Amino acid sequence: MSYARESEGRVALVTGASRGIGRATALALAQSGHRVAVGWSRDEEGAAKTVVEVEAAGAEALAVRADVGAPAAVDAAFESVESRWAPVEVLVNAAGVTRDGLLLRMGDDQWAEVLRTNLDGTFHCVRRASAGMVRARWGRIVNVGSAAGLLGSAGQVNYATAKAGLVGLTRSVARELASRGVTCNLVTPGPIATAMLDSVGDDRRRELAEAVPLGRLGTADEVAAAIAFLCSDAAAYVTGAVVPVDGGLGMGH
Amino acid sequence: MTRDDVLSALRDASVEVLGVEPGAVTEEANFHHDLDADSLDLVELVMVLEERLGVPIPEEELANINTVGQAVDVVLGRLAPTP
Repeated sequence: MSYARESEGRVALVTGASRGIGRATALALAQSGHRVAVGWSRDEEGAAKTVVEVEAAGAEALAVRADVGAPAAVDAAFESVESRWAPVEVLVNAAGVTRDGLLLRMGDDQWAEVLRTNLDGTFHCVRRASAGMVRARWGRIVNVGSAAGLLGSAGQVNYATAKAGLVGLTRSVARELASRGVTCNLVTPGPIATAMLDSVGDDRRRELAEAVPLGRLGTADEVAAAIAFLCSDAAAYVTGAVVPVDGGLGMGH
Repeated sequence: MTRDDVLSALRDASVEVLGVEPGAVTEEANFHHDLDADSLDLVELVMVLEERLGVPIPEEELANINTVGQAVDVVLGRLAPTP
Protein backbone atom coordinates (compact mmCIF):
# COMPACT_ATOMS: atom_id res chain seq x y z
CA MET A 1 0.00 0.00 0.00
CA SER A 2 1.36 3.41 -0.83
CA TYR A 3 0.61 6.92 0.33
CA ALA A 4 2.50 8.61 -2.49
CA ARG A 5 0.01 11.35 -3.24
CA GLU A 6 0.16 13.05 0.13
CA SER A 7 3.79 12.52 0.99
CA GLU A 8 6.17 12.76 -1.90
CA GLY A 9 9.87 12.97 -1.58
CA ARG A 10 10.43 13.15 2.15
CA VAL A 11 13.74 12.04 3.58
CA ALA A 12 13.35 8.78 5.48
CA LEU A 13 15.85 6.77 7.51
CA VAL A 14 15.13 3.16 8.39
CA THR A 15 17.53 1.46 10.78
CA GLY A 16 17.96 -2.28 10.55
CA ALA A 17 16.99 -2.11 6.89
CA SER A 18 19.33 -4.85 5.71
CA ARG A 19 16.61 -7.44 6.24
CA GLY A 20 13.27 -8.38 7.73
CA ILE A 21 10.81 -5.72 8.82
CA GLY A 22 13.37 -2.95 8.23
CA ARG A 23 13.89 -3.94 4.61
CA ALA A 24 10.16 -4.30 3.96
CA THR A 25 9.63 -0.86 5.50
CA ALA A 26 12.35 0.71 3.34
CA LEU A 27 10.53 -0.68 0.33
CA ALA A 28 7.09 0.48 1.48
CA LEU A 29 8.44 4.00 2.05
CA ALA A 30 10.07 3.94 -1.39
CA GLN A 31 6.69 3.05 -2.87
CA SER A 32 5.23 6.03 -1.01
CA GLY A 33 7.70 8.25 -2.89
CA HIS A 34 10.22 8.90 -0.15
CA ARG A 35 13.99 8.99 -0.44
CA VAL A 36 15.18 6.18 1.79
CA ALA A 37 18.38 5.92 3.78
CA VAL A 38 19.03 2.24 4.45
CA GLY A 39 20.60 1.86 7.89
CA TRP A 40 22.68 -1.24 8.54
CA SER A 41 25.24 -2.44 11.03
CA ARG A 42 26.47 -5.98 10.38
CA ASP A 43 24.92 -7.12 7.10
CA GLU A 44 26.41 -4.98 4.33
CA GLU A 45 25.31 -7.40 1.63
CA GLY A 46 21.71 -7.31 2.87
CA ALA A 47 21.78 -3.50 2.91
CA ALA A 48 23.05 -3.46 -0.68
CA LYS A 49 20.17 -5.71 -1.67
CA THR A 50 17.68 -3.37 0.01
CA VAL A 51 19.21 -0.43 -1.86
CA VAL A 52 18.73 -2.25 -5.17
CA GLU A 53 15.10 -2.98 -4.29
CA VAL A 54 14.40 0.61 -3.23
CA GLU A 55 15.89 1.90 -6.46
CA ALA A 56 13.89 -0.64 -8.45
CA ALA A 57 10.79 0.85 -6.83
CA GLY A 58 11.80 4.17 -8.41
CA ALA A 59 13.10 5.89 -5.28
CA GLU A 60 16.50 7.23 -4.30
CA ALA A 61 18.41 5.11 -1.79
CA LEU A 62 21.50 5.61 0.34
CA ALA A 63 23.12 2.95 2.49
CA VAL A 64 24.34 4.31 5.82
CA ARG A 65 26.26 2.26 8.33
CA ALA A 66 25.13 2.77 11.88
CA ASP A 67 25.60 0.67 14.97
CA VAL A 68 22.67 2.36 16.72
CA GLY A 69 24.07 1.50 20.13
CA ALA A 70 26.94 3.95 19.53
CA PRO A 71 25.86 7.61 19.62
CA ALA A 72 28.85 8.75 17.55
CA ALA A 73 28.01 6.26 14.80
CA VAL A 74 24.38 7.42 14.84
CA ASP A 75 25.53 11.01 14.55
CA ALA A 76 27.74 10.14 11.57
CA ALA A 77 24.91 8.29 9.85
CA PHE A 78 22.53 11.23 10.21
CA GLU A 79 25.24 13.59 8.97
CA SER A 80 25.72 11.57 5.82
CA VAL A 81 21.98 11.70 5.12
CA GLU A 82 21.91 15.44 5.80
CA SER A 83 24.87 16.16 3.53
CA ARG A 84 23.50 14.02 0.71
CA TRP A 85 19.84 15.06 0.98
CA ALA A 86 18.41 17.01 3.92
CA PRO A 87 17.52 16.45 7.58
CA VAL A 88 15.62 13.24 8.30
CA GLU A 89 11.84 13.79 8.33
CA VAL A 90 10.74 10.19 8.74
CA LEU A 91 12.56 7.87 11.13
CA VAL A 92 11.78 4.19 11.54
CA ASN A 93 13.70 2.34 14.24
CA ALA A 94 13.69 -1.25 13.11
CA ALA A 95 17.18 -2.27 14.21
CA GLY A 96 16.86 -5.10 16.68
CA VAL A 97 18.66 -8.14 17.96
CA THR A 98 17.80 -11.16 20.08
CA ARG A 99 20.02 -13.19 22.38
CA ASP A 100 17.55 -15.52 23.97
CA GLY A 101 18.14 -17.52 27.12
CA LEU A 102 16.45 -18.41 30.37
CA LEU A 103 16.69 -15.95 33.23
CA LEU A 104 18.60 -18.38 35.43
CA ARG A 105 21.38 -18.54 32.87
CA MET A 106 21.23 -15.09 31.34
CA GLY A 107 24.60 -13.36 31.37
CA ASP A 108 25.18 -9.67 31.94
CA ASP A 109 26.54 -9.25 28.43
CA GLN A 110 23.52 -11.02 26.95
CA TRP A 111 21.23 -8.62 28.80
CA ALA A 112 23.26 -5.53 27.99
CA GLU A 113 23.70 -6.25 24.30
CA VAL A 114 19.97 -6.58 23.69
CA LEU A 115 19.12 -3.50 25.75
CA ARG A 116 21.87 -1.55 24.01
CA THR A 117 20.64 -2.11 20.46
CA ASN A 118 16.89 -2.36 20.99
CA LEU A 119 16.35 0.35 23.60
CA ASP A 120 19.45 2.59 23.77
CA GLY A 121 19.73 2.45 19.98
CA THR A 122 16.20 3.73 19.48
CA PHE A 123 16.81 6.50 22.03
CA HIS A 124 20.01 7.58 20.25
CA CYS A 125 18.29 7.78 16.87
CA VAL A 126 15.17 9.52 18.15
CA ARG A 127 17.23 12.10 20.04
CA ARG A 128 19.40 12.78 16.99
CA ALA A 129 16.43 13.11 14.65
CA SER A 130 14.33 15.30 16.94
CA ALA A 131 16.21 18.60 16.48
CA GLY A 132 15.63 18.65 12.73
CA MET A 133 12.00 17.58 13.06
CA VAL A 134 11.26 20.20 15.74
CA ARG A 135 12.86 22.86 13.58
CA ALA A 136 10.86 21.73 10.54
CA ARG A 137 7.65 21.57 12.60
CA TRP A 138 6.98 18.18 11.02
CA GLY A 139 8.22 14.70 11.67
CA ARG A 140 7.26 11.05 11.83
CA ILE A 141 8.91 8.58 14.18
CA VAL A 142 7.87 4.94 14.24
CA ASN A 143 9.52 2.51 16.62
CA VAL A 144 9.30 -1.23 16.21
CA GLY A 145 8.37 -2.94 19.45
CA SER A 146 7.04 -6.43 19.90
CA ALA A 147 4.02 -8.27 21.26
CA ALA A 148 6.63 -9.82 23.59
CA GLY A 149 7.09 -6.41 25.21
CA LEU A 150 3.45 -6.43 26.29
CA LEU A 151 2.84 -10.14 26.95
CA GLY A 152 6.25 -11.09 28.30
CA SER A 153 8.14 -13.94 26.73
CA ALA A 154 9.81 -16.87 28.45
CA GLY A 155 13.45 -17.02 27.41
CA GLN A 156 13.46 -13.39 26.30
CA VAL A 157 13.58 -11.32 29.47
CA ASN A 158 16.16 -9.05 27.84
CA TYR A 159 14.27 -8.63 24.57
CA ALA A 160 10.83 -8.21 26.17
CA THR A 161 12.20 -5.65 28.64
CA ALA A 162 13.78 -3.60 25.86
CA LYS A 163 10.60 -3.71 23.78
CA ALA A 164 8.44 -2.79 26.79
CA GLY A 165 10.78 0.16 27.37
CA LEU A 166 9.89 1.40 23.92
CA VAL A 167 6.30 1.97 25.07
CA GLY A 168 7.42 4.57 27.62
CA LEU A 169 9.96 6.04 25.22
CA THR A 170 7.42 6.34 22.41
CA ARG A 171 4.73 7.93 24.54
CA SER A 172 7.09 10.38 26.25
CA VAL A 173 8.48 11.52 22.92
CA ALA A 174 4.93 11.77 21.54
CA ARG A 175 4.03 14.14 24.40
CA GLU A 176 7.21 16.19 24.18
CA LEU A 177 7.10 16.79 20.45
CA ALA A 178 3.35 16.89 19.77
CA SER A 179 3.20 20.68 19.74
CA ARG A 180 5.73 20.69 16.89
CA GLY A 181 3.82 18.46 14.50
CA VAL A 182 6.05 15.48 15.23
CA THR A 183 4.31 12.17 15.89
CA CYS A 184 5.86 9.13 17.52
CA ASN A 185 4.22 5.72 17.46
CA LEU A 186 5.04 2.12 18.26
CA VAL A 187 4.19 -0.88 16.14
CA THR A 188 4.13 -4.19 18.01
CA PRO A 189 4.50 -7.14 15.67
CA GLY A 190 3.59 -10.64 16.75
CA PRO A 191 5.44 -13.62 15.30
CA ILE A 192 6.62 -12.55 11.85
CA ALA A 193 8.30 -14.85 9.34
CA THR A 194 11.73 -13.19 9.15
CA ALA A 195 15.31 -14.30 9.66
CA MET A 196 14.96 -13.38 13.34
CA LEU A 197 12.45 -16.20 13.72
CA ASP A 198 14.54 -18.71 11.76
CA SER A 199 16.58 -19.46 14.85
CA VAL A 200 13.63 -21.06 16.63
CA GLY A 201 12.76 -24.60 15.55
CA ASP A 202 9.90 -25.65 13.28
CA ASP A 203 7.93 -27.00 16.24
CA ARG A 204 8.16 -23.69 18.03
CA ARG A 205 7.16 -21.81 14.89
CA ARG A 206 4.09 -24.05 14.59
CA GLU A 207 3.21 -23.40 18.23
CA LEU A 208 3.55 -19.67 17.70
CA ALA A 209 1.30 -19.77 14.64
CA GLU A 210 -1.31 -21.76 16.56
CA ALA A 211 -1.30 -19.26 19.42
CA VAL A 212 -2.25 -16.48 17.00
CA PRO A 213 -6.01 -16.05 16.45
CA LEU A 214 -5.44 -15.60 12.73
CA GLY A 215 -3.64 -18.94 12.78
CA ARG A 216 -0.43 -18.10 10.95
CA LEU A 217 2.79 -16.14 11.15
CA GLY A 218 2.70 -12.62 9.78
CA THR A 219 4.84 -11.23 6.99
CA ALA A 220 7.29 -8.35 7.10
CA ASP A 221 5.23 -6.61 4.42
CA GLU A 222 2.17 -6.65 6.67
CA VAL A 223 4.12 -4.86 9.40
CA ALA A 224 5.64 -2.45 6.88
CA ALA A 225 2.18 -1.45 5.64
CA ALA A 226 1.19 -0.30 9.14
CA ILE A 227 4.49 1.55 9.54
CA ALA A 228 4.10 3.27 6.16
CA PHE A 229 0.65 4.49 7.22
CA LEU A 230 2.01 5.92 10.49
CA CYS A 231 4.73 7.72 8.46
CA SER A 232 2.20 9.32 6.11
CA ASP A 233 0.47 12.70 6.21
CA ALA A 234 -2.77 10.77 6.59
CA ALA A 235 -1.66 9.66 10.08
CA ALA A 236 -1.23 13.22 11.36
CA TYR A 237 -3.73 12.67 14.22
CA VAL A 238 -2.14 9.45 15.48
CA THR A 239 0.56 9.80 18.11
CA GLY A 240 1.68 7.84 21.16
CA ALA A 241 -0.21 4.86 19.79
CA VAL A 242 0.77 1.24 20.27
CA VAL A 243 -0.35 -0.44 17.08
CA PRO A 244 -0.38 -4.24 17.12
CA VAL A 245 0.30 -6.12 13.89
CA ASP A 246 0.11 -9.53 15.49
CA GLY A 247 -2.75 -11.55 14.09
CA GLY A 248 -4.66 -10.85 17.30
CA LEU A 249 -2.06 -12.43 19.59
CA GLY A 250 -1.84 -9.49 21.99
CA MET A 251 -5.52 -8.57 22.17
CA GLY A 252 -6.30 -6.88 25.45
CA HIS A 253 -2.76 -5.70 26.09
CA MET B 1 31.40 39.98 21.63
CA THR B 2 29.50 42.75 23.40
CA ARG B 3 26.26 42.54 25.32
CA ASP B 4 24.51 44.21 22.39
CA ASP B 5 25.86 41.59 19.98
CA VAL B 6 24.50 38.78 22.12
CA LEU B 7 21.15 40.51 22.55
CA SER B 8 20.97 41.02 18.81
CA ALA B 9 21.71 37.32 18.12
CA LEU B 10 19.12 36.32 20.69
CA ARG B 11 16.59 38.71 19.15
CA ASP B 12 17.12 37.18 15.69
CA ALA B 13 16.79 33.67 17.08
CA SER B 14 13.63 34.60 19.00
CA VAL B 15 12.01 36.08 15.91
CA GLU B 16 12.74 32.85 14.02
CA VAL B 17 11.93 30.29 16.67
CA LEU B 18 9.12 32.01 18.58
CA GLY B 19 7.66 34.07 15.76
CA VAL B 20 7.64 37.23 17.90
CA GLU B 21 8.21 40.83 16.79
CA PRO B 22 11.82 41.99 17.18
CA GLY B 23 10.64 44.89 19.33
CA ALA B 24 9.21 42.48 21.91
CA VAL B 25 12.62 40.99 22.65
CA THR B 26 13.88 43.38 25.31
CA GLU B 27 16.17 42.58 28.24
CA GLU B 28 13.21 42.70 30.60
CA ALA B 29 10.95 40.45 28.54
CA ASN B 30 9.98 37.21 30.27
CA PHE B 31 10.19 34.22 27.95
CA HIS B 32 7.15 32.48 29.40
CA HIS B 33 4.84 35.42 30.08
CA ASP B 34 5.83 37.99 27.48
CA LEU B 35 7.11 35.87 24.61
CA ASP B 36 4.80 32.89 25.14
CA ALA B 37 7.68 30.40 25.03
CA ASP B 38 7.44 26.91 26.50
CA SER B 39 10.34 24.79 27.70
CA LEU B 40 10.83 23.23 24.27
CA ASP B 41 11.02 26.71 22.71
CA LEU B 42 13.79 27.63 25.15
CA VAL B 43 15.77 24.53 24.24
CA GLU B 44 15.34 25.32 20.55
CA LEU B 45 16.50 28.90 21.14
CA VAL B 46 19.53 27.71 23.03
CA MET B 47 20.43 25.25 20.28
CA VAL B 48 20.26 27.99 17.66
CA LEU B 49 22.48 30.23 19.80
CA GLU B 50 24.96 27.42 20.43
CA GLU B 51 25.22 26.88 16.70
CA ARG B 52 25.59 30.55 15.76
CA LEU B 53 27.85 31.70 18.58
CA GLY B 54 29.80 28.45 18.89
CA VAL B 55 29.28 28.38 22.64
CA PRO B 56 27.99 25.36 24.57
CA ILE B 57 25.24 26.16 27.07
CA PRO B 58 24.84 23.40 29.66
CA GLU B 59 21.41 22.08 30.53
CA GLU B 60 21.60 23.19 34.17
CA GLU B 61 21.95 26.84 33.14
CA LEU B 62 18.56 26.76 31.46
CA ALA B 63 16.73 26.54 34.77
CA ASN B 64 17.98 30.01 35.71
CA ILE B 65 16.70 31.70 32.60
CA ASN B 66 13.40 33.54 32.86
CA THR B 67 14.09 36.78 31.06
CA VAL B 68 15.93 37.72 27.90
CA GLY B 69 18.48 39.62 30.01
CA GLN B 70 19.23 36.49 32.04
CA ALA B 71 19.78 34.55 28.84
CA VAL B 72 22.23 37.20 27.67
CA ASP B 73 24.05 36.91 31.02
CA VAL B 74 24.36 33.14 30.64
CA VAL B 75 25.72 33.38 27.10
CA LEU B 76 28.19 36.15 28.06
CA GLY B 77 29.34 34.06 31.01
CA ARG B 78 30.05 31.18 28.67
CA LEU B 79 31.80 33.35 26.09
CA ALA B 80 34.19 34.85 28.62
CA PRO B 81 34.42 32.57 31.63
CA THR B 82 35.67 34.37 34.69
CA PRO B 83 39.24 33.24 35.42
